[in-house]
Amino acid sequence: MVLEKVKKIIAEQLGVEEEEVAMESSFIDDLGADSLDLVELIMALEEEFDIEIPDSEAEKITTVGDAVDYIKNNT
Amino acid sequence: MNNMQLTGKTAVITGSGRGLGKAIALRLAQMGANIVLNDIEASDSIDATADEFRSAGYNVAVTKGDVRSFDDAKSMVKVAVDTFGSVDILVNNAGITKDKPMLMMSEEEWDLVLDINLKGAFICTKAAGKQMIKQKKGKIVNIASVAGQYGNSGQANYSASKAGLIGLTKTTAKELASRGITCNAVAPGLIQSKMTEVLPEDVKQNYLKNIALGRFGTPEDVANVVAFLASSDSDYVTGQVIDIDGGLVM
Repeated sequence: MVLEKVKKIIAEQLGVEEEEVAMESSFIDDLGADSLDLVELIMALEEEFDIEIPDSEAEKITTVGDAVDYIKNNT
Repeated sequence: MNNMQLTGKTAVITGSGRGLGKAIALRLAQMGANIVLNDIEASDSIDATADEFRSAGYNVAVTKGDVRSFDDAKSMVKVAVDTFGSVDILVNNAGITKDKPMLMMSEEEWDLVLDINLKGAFICTKAAGKQMIKQKKGKIVNIASVAGQYGNSGQANYSASKAGLIGLTKTTAKELASRGITCNAVAPGLIQSKMTEVLPEDVKQNYLKNIALGRFGTPEDVANVVAFLASSDSDYVTGQVIDIDGGLVM
C-alpha cells in the first residue's frame, strides 16, 4: 500500500511512468531527478503521509526503497 | 512600472513593522500585492502598521516571529499560504546594527548581527524557497548595504553580514533559477531611517560631501527598486546587486 502510494507520487513529481519506478531505483541516477526535485519529492511525501522528514534523514533517502522504508518505519 | 502589476501576488517582507521594511511593504501594496507583515513579538509598531494598511484597503496578514527561528519562518510562510494561497515575493529586510570599532567589538555583538542579518535571511529563504519551487515561480530580494560592498569603519559585523548576504543572493539565484525563481539584492547607501538617525552630525556631513546626488536617500527610493526586482519587469535579472546610494560609490 505504501509502495503504491509512493510510486504514484514519484511518478507524478518526476514525470516518469510508474512502471519505471522500482524499489532499487535511484532518484537521481535512474529517474533523472535533480536536487530540487528531491526537495519537492520529500515535501510531497510529507504531505501525503502526514509526517515530517528532518533534513538529516531526507538526505539519506536516495532510492525508492529508502523512501518506502522510512515511511513504513515512521507512520 | 505598471501600477497594479502585483495584483494577486503575495509578498512576505521581514522586519516590516516600521522603517524601510514598512516602506517596501507599502510600495508593494500600492502595486496590488497581498502583504504579509512580519516583525518580532516585541515590535511596538507592527499592529499599528497592519491597521494602517487595512484602513488603506490593502490585503494584509501579520506574522510575529524571529527570522532566526526555523519554526517562526515556517509559520510565516504558512500564514501567507493559508491566507493568500502563495508566496510570490520574499523580501529579506530584517536587520540590525551594533556599531563599534572592530577591536572593541564583543563576540555577542558580532553574533547577534550575523544571526539576524545573515542567518535570518538563509532561514527565511529556505522556508519560502520550498513554497516557491512548488509554484515554479518566485522573487527573492535581499536588502544588503553599501557597507557589504565596500566596507565601513565601525561596522565589522554589519558589513560582514551584508557581504555574506550578497554571497547568499548569488547562490540562491543559481540554485533556484531552474524553477523560475530570481534572487537579487539591493545595497542602499545612506538612507533616512532610525538606523542612520543616530549617526553623529559630522559623520553625516562627511557622507553628504561624497554623495553625487547631494542628499540622503529615502526609504521610498529603496522601495522603488525593490518593487522593480519583485515584479516581472526584472524577470531576466538574477544574482545581481543594485546600489541605491545616490552615487556614493561608482
